Amino acid sequence: MRSPLRPLTRRGLLTGTLGSAALLAAGGSLAGCGTKAATQTEAGCVSDDLSGTEKTLAFSNWPQYMDVDEKDESKRPSLDEFVTRTGIKVTYTEDINDNNEFFGKVQNQLAACQGTGRDIIVLTDWMAARMIRLGWIQKLDKAKIPNVQANLLPSLLDRSFDRENRIAVPWQSGLAGLAYNGSVAKEIRTVDELLTRPDLKGKVTALSEMRDTIGLLLQSNGHDPANFTAAQFDDALNKLKKAVDSGQIRRFTGNDYAPELAKGDIAACIGWSGDVIQLAGENEKIRFVAPDSGVILFSDNMMVPNKATHKANAEELINYYYEPAVAAKLAAYVNYICPVKGAQAEMEKIDPELAANPLIFPDEALLAKSKVFMALDEQQEREYEGKFQQVIGA
Amino acid sequence: MTALAHLGGAPTPTAPPGDRDATRGSYRLLPYLLLLPGAAWLFLFFTVPLLQLAAASLYDPAGSLSTGYALTWAFGNYPDALQAYWPQFGRSFLYAGVALVLALLMGYPLAYAIAQKAGRWKNLLLVCVVAPMFTSFLVRTLAWKTILSDNGWLVGLLRDVHLLGPDGRLLATPVAVVLGLTYNFLPFLVLPLYASLERLDARLLEAASDLYASPTQAFRRVTLPLSMPGLVAGTLLFFIPASGDYINAELLGTPNEYMIGNVIDSAFLVRLDYPQGAALSFLLMAAILAVVFVYLRRAGTEEVL
Repeated sequence: MRSPLRPLTRRGLLTGTLGSAALLAAGGSLAGCGTKAATQTEAGCVSDDLSGTEKTLAFSNWPQYMDVDEKDESKRPSLDEFVTRTGIKVTYTEDINDNNEFFGKVQNQLAACQGTGRDIIVLTDWMAARMIRLGWIQKLDKAKIPNVQANLLPSLLDRSFDRENRIAVPWQSGLAGLAYNGSVAKEIRTVDELLTRPDLKGKVTALSEMRDTIGLLLQSNGHDPANFTAAQFDDALNKLKKAVDSGQIRRFTGNDYAPELAKGDIAACIGWSGDVIQLAGENEKIRFVAPDSGVILFSDNMMVPNKATHKANAEELINYYYEPAVAAKLAAYVNYICPVKGAQAEMEKIDPELAANPLIFPDEALLAKSKVFMALDEQQEREYEGKFQQVIGA
Repeated sequence: MTALAHLGGAPTPTAPPGDRDATRGSYRLLPYLLLLPGAAWLFLFFTVPLLQLAAASLYDPAGSLSTGYALTWAFGNYPDALQAYWPQFGRSFLYAGVALVLALLMGYPLAYAIAQKAGRWKNLLLVCVVAPMFTSFLVRTLAWKTILSDNGWLVGLLRDVHLLGPDGRLLATPVAVVLGLTYNFLPFLVLPLYASLERLDARLLEAASDLYASPTQAFRRVTLPLSMPGLVAGTLLFFIPASGDYINAELLGTPNEYMIGNVIDSAFLVRLDYPQGAALSFLLMAAILAVVFVYLRRAGTEEVL
């Protein structure tokens, strides 16, 4: 008697594999249409605004980027006040952990001009620039955000990816500079020291964000990260490569350098001001250094993506967070650079010590040496990012 | 995991007694109907994405996100990707291979002890092998960062006994990556091995010694061949994910330890070079298939295939 299913033999498997391969080839021709361009235009992808009838707002942000009540962590005082004042119900989600990862999450919808279910997203400058370039972000109505016009820090006006200041509004800003742990290393003043000092060998990390690491290196070469040439980029990259090859740089990190710096596994690094303030709060030997050659000023920007249906509500929220008193409340919790003029005066009333902290309210001297990394076009982004990834090994 | 243990001797299904011509037709179809949900699932969520990936690997490399990609059957993507990233390929297989040897040295005695010698502690020991899997892969790898930390007890100890120089370190070296791989995938090796060894009849070993076999000979001629299906399944379950892993290299290594998984990750998420990422993924699949195929031929286990 023949059983209905033959036992699987190697020959059977081979035949099966060959069959699947044939299927694969056939399917290949089926799938053979490539992908469409992801770019959208203002005319081609029109979004409706239902704010008039729907008093709701979906706000996606990074974790620990909003003030919470000390006693009840589920309460967010500044956001709750907005809800009471305007009657707009805000769904606040902390679902952005990484710019690239978030891009991967929403790219299919935005490339096809579909909604993401989010009215406000918060992304870092370079990712904001990429999305703006792709035409995925709605323009804001300047008349509805007067506080932004009045109170945005001058250094953050007229950025190369948003000349009109009406697409991307900074939520918080920060500096990329140097940091060291005083219990393992002597004070460090310059980028060159970080990359060459023998006592730091193998105990240095740099950021895997190309703009921050290369930006600082460009500045250390006397070049301007807001406006540089391909040759200047290569100079900076070669300098980095030397430090990687010599074993000076141990690895490239995201936020994960922070615990290692605290433990002393790494002695010095390229890091972000906000992280370092928090570490310094627990261990005063950990210091942030703004080298004389300059630091990189970056922002995480609030943006309204295409097909978000509550743009007017979003504008109301953006405008609200540019009231100095509200901005001060937020800055007292978040520890990044507050992009709102006048918030420092308000902060005096809440916490004079924080008001005097130059890494939250930078003084003129620090702002003068802070530069925003230039917006790259797609070709440059690919070329520079590709070269950088080669050097950092991925 | 018991399913794996039975790979070796699956009984041939036979038609039930009293099978009559009238019902035979529906019995014939039944196995295929039972296969249908699984097959449909595999087709939709494995075959279709795989085809898309195959198509993406042949996209015009000059395309981009904003202009779109045209399928130009650009087979050149494959040699280009290989030329650019062969060191990471080699490293992936080297690290996974070394980790496999370490895991075998630890895993075989462990599985043998649990299966044959543990008595009433058997279940408890098995839970101990599986328990770490209750926490996330990421958390376990981060724990290794603490264990191998420059100021940790382990590095301190190794420095004291001069196995490491005064400035030596474990973290951010190939050693750390290999140790991480070994640890993270060890249960995948131990469980199938345990399942095979557990069915080993101790009387066979007695018979071997009655026939004047030394313990070594008994192991070589009886235990090892009988544990072969588990050993083969275990090494494959260990080696395949280990060679595609990128978390260990990312967290415990440096750029100089990056494996092919890190490159694919960056091609898709950071550099947005989809053709290259897809080509690398297929190369990895092909390489693993080739290794597995050669291995199975040499291991000579017809049953597993």
